[in-house]
Amino acid sequence: MSRVAAYLPIAAVVALAAVVPLVVTSNTVINFLVFTLIVAVAAQGWNLLGGYGGQYSFGHAAFFGTGAYVTALLQTQAGWNPWATVLLGILAGAAVGAVIGFLSFRSGLRGSYFALITLAFAEVFRILANAAGITGGAAGVLIRLDVRPENFQFASRGTFFWVGLAVVAIGLVLTRAIERSRFGAHLVAVRENEDAARALGVDPLRVKLLAITLSAGLTAASGGLYAQYFLFLDAGIAYGAWISVEALVAPIIGGIGTVFGPLVGAVVLQGLGHLTGHLAGEIPGISLVVFGALLILAVAFAPDGATGMAGRLWRRWRRPATPTTTPTATGGERC
Amino acid sequence: MLRVEHVTRRFGGLVAVNDVSLTVAPGRITGLIGPNGAGKTTLFAVIAGFVAPSAGRVLLDDIDVTAEPPHRRAVRGIARTFQVVQPFAGLTVRENIAVGAHLRHRARAEALCRAEAIAAEVGLSAALDEPAAGLTVAGRKRLELARALATEPRLLLLDEVLAGLNPSEIRDMIPVVRGLRDRGITILMVEHVMQAVMALSEHIYVLAEGRLIAEGAPETVARDARVIEAYLGHGAAARLDRARAGHG
Amino acid sequence: MPFASAARAAGREFISNPVAPMFSPEIVATAVLNGLLTGAVYALVALGLTLVYGVLHIINFAHGALLTAAMFAVLVLKLWLGLDPYVAMVPLVPLFFIIGYALQRFVIGPASHGNDANILLVTLGLSILIENLLLAIFRSDTRTIDVPYAFMSIDLDFALLALPRVIAFGVSVVVAAALWALLALTDTGKAIRAVAKEKLGAALVGIDVAHVYAVTFGLGTACLAVAACLLMPTFYVSPRAGGAFVFVAFTIVVLGGMGSIPGALIGGLFIGVVESLSGLYFGESLGQIGIFAIFIAILLFRPTGLFGARA
Ligand SMILES: Nc1ncnc2c1ncn2[C@@H]1O[C@H](COP(=O)(O)OP(=O)(O)OP(=O)(O)O)[C@@H](O)[C@H]1O
Ligand SMILES: [Mg+2]
Repeated sequence: MSRVAAYLPIAAVVALAAVVPLVVTSNTVINFLVFTLIVAVAAQGWNLLGGYGGQYSFGHAAFFGTGAYVTALLQTQAGWNPWATVLLGILAGAAVGAVIGFLSFRSGLRGSYFALITLAFAEVFRILANAAGITGGAAGVLIRLDVRPENFQFASRGTFFWVGLAVVAIGLVLTRAIERSRFGAHLVAVRENEDAARALGVDPLRVKLLAITLSAGLTAASGGLYAQYFLFLDAGIAYGAWISVEALVAPIIGGIGTVFGPLVGAVVLQGLGHLTGHLAGEIPGISLVVFGALLILAVAFAPDGATGMAGRLWRRWRRPATPTTTPTATGGERC
Repeated sequence: MLRVEHVTRRFGGLVAVNDVSLTVAPGRITGLIGPNGAGKTTLFAVIAGFVAPSAGRVLLDDIDVTAEPPHRRAVRGIARTFQVVQPFAGLTVRENIAVGAHLRHRARAEALCRAEAIAAEVGLSAALDEPAAGLTVAGRKRLELARALATEPRLLLLDEVLAGLNPSEIRDMIPVVRGLRDRGITILMVEHVMQAVMALSEHIYVLAEGRLIAEGAPETVARDARVIEAYLGHGAAARLDRARAGHG
Repeated sequence: MPFASAARAAGREFISNPVAPMFSPEIVATAVLNGLLTGAVYALVALGLTLVYGVLHIINFAHGALLTAAMFAVLVLKLWLGLDPYVAMVPLVPLFFIIGYALQRFVIGPASHGNDANILLVTLGLSILIENLLLAIFRSDTRTIDVPYAFMSIDLDFALLALPRVIAFGVSVVVAAALWALLALTDTGKAIRAVAKEKLGAALVGIDVAHVYAVTFGLGTACLAVAACLLMPTFYVSPRAGGAFVFVAFTIVVLGGMGSIPGALIGGLFIGVVESLSGLYFGESLGQIGIFAIFIAILLFRPTGLFGARA
């Protein structure tokens, strides 16, 4: 696949999405879409480690919350510019990822053990954030409303949509670039069979560490966006299980280990969540009931997620009953 | 090229490899044979760095690599195949081989290209875009070989790449292995298919119950009484001799 | 917990000691005994988890949610039928055995296609589903039930022990012993142990592995029903209540060695005492982190468990 062909779908999707605020004026809808983009970024982060690297984290809240708190607290406590604090939040999240990754992967934790230890770390962070003074404790942090673009606050929600979309676009391009790199090949190899990868010169610890660092950084970016959009945080929001669950369920619903899976999954998930909330009349927890059911159904019946299912239907419809080659497989380069 | 010095490996009370020393000369095919459970695979794992020896050293070109992890040894030029095949099941054959090719080629396009060439060499061209999980036993053995080759090794450790193949498939593989040697790759091979190992190897080591019991040219080893005993049981050599005498 | 706060109040008088507050031997003994009592129920919860792990080699992430469901079942039976929590064991234990059996046989087993990562995801999905279904039905309020014996206690001269906790301890020990006997002495137990050791071999000699898996899962879930009946007289329930127990249970299971039944028992009692004593010396909020810290530390530094059982 040529470089242009590899990135064209991303450009097309982003361009199409960018038009949305121009035609949709409803604040509720834009609100919903911005939230969906924020979840999509967190999910993209999870997908790098979970989808490509096969390391399922149950505690991506640790990175989301760190990104969010650093973004918020450096503004409120130190008075720094939010554009800078968002970047620092990303770095802090990535650093937390590297540390948790180093501790866990060096001890050889994988599978269920890795999932549980990430969850435990996120819970420790949540309890600490809830108890500490600097985070505002249980009362939370409020970022002062001061609507100026240089302040990462925008008069129109549409503008924030574009900012969120830009971050999603970065996530898409990053994911595609990894897919087409040696690091990506190593990451997938480690997921499929660690021993075989080692025999071929792959250092699994290094590969997994890089993956969790990038993954955590991207998810921290999602946290920073959240802080700037909602201008309020508490421990339950920042380090709560909700974001760990959304970041994990979205890629699985959308298509794990694919470029567009997390975005598609986030849209499907948020869409269905809202729909059920609407139909069932705002019963607490009802949208999460749907998430849980979707997760089970996806694992049972659509292991390649919505994008995979759509791809299969599309191919069946186009040329019935002919075997197909997958696009990533051929590569297309002539030697 | 490779020197193994007094390597011992214990698993709990079991001594899988017991004070084994051997050398592998460059540019040659060296055979390692022995009955089931002799410790051949364990010795391979020690040489490739997957299992740490309880005692002893592994030297590659006179450099002590005993403490190095497998991926560092791969960079140095050691490649191994697994007796129990370990494909990247979810990836295509092309992607499987490309992982190996990436060791010496950073660019994705180049690695995929090398994969194609190597697939042709081991006879996997037709399956390039099939998932590795769908391969036959013979196909998987070829894939093991292809991935190892893709790392452009100087020393290739082949652990029973012929096991599970039918006679015609074995006949196809023998020239492939010989071709590798001719290209300058040093080979150490574990093999139960005696005809093949006798035909291919220039030097053979025999392992039984963790100990090295014989070594030498294939013909010498094949007549060695200790080797026959190890394979056929106590007293077998004497019986065989009597049988031969009777016929002669 | 009234005991702990009374103890802390007493402790203030001894603050002059810079290392740790000193408590009278009676208070420490009471804390240890209470820890053992709570620990026995923890052990019961952990027993279900470790049994499932030992046989199916999976971590059942829905364990906490199933415990919550059982606690709500006790609540409903009490509110609707006036059934005493201890009597509720009679219908609930078989019911939860069936629920566990069915979940493994018809949901977890088929949905995960025999892949470990999938099992983890499916049980995560179940836990999200169950927890939020309970939230949708019962809302997030914390509920308790009233029983006449809630505040009865046994006076040991040097310590005062709450009657329901003593009962909980006794029943937990009996159930653990019964479970052990079932595994050691019955044909079903033999089949379970065979499958745990060598799944393929067991299948070859004609054991229905899917059935044994489901029975094991059912037994693990039945343990939760017992634990729920023992907890409800003194504990509260909310849709999140099981979450508090499940990490304790995970910690106990890794502490005692994954899949080890004696390990779960000793680990449960140990964690109960540790929790009770750290509550006494450090206060409740730090104690909450303690469980996670122990869990993380064991996984990182001693993954085979403190008692050296198999990994
Ligand atoms: N990881 C391990 N833990 C415990 N014992 C092991 C381990 N690996 C190998 N062994 C034991 O060490 C001995 C040697 O095994 P090894 O696989 O090296 O033999 P082998 O010569 O390759 O046999 P085969 O011809 O059957 O492949 C056997 O008894 C085996 O059971
Ligand atoms: Mg072997």
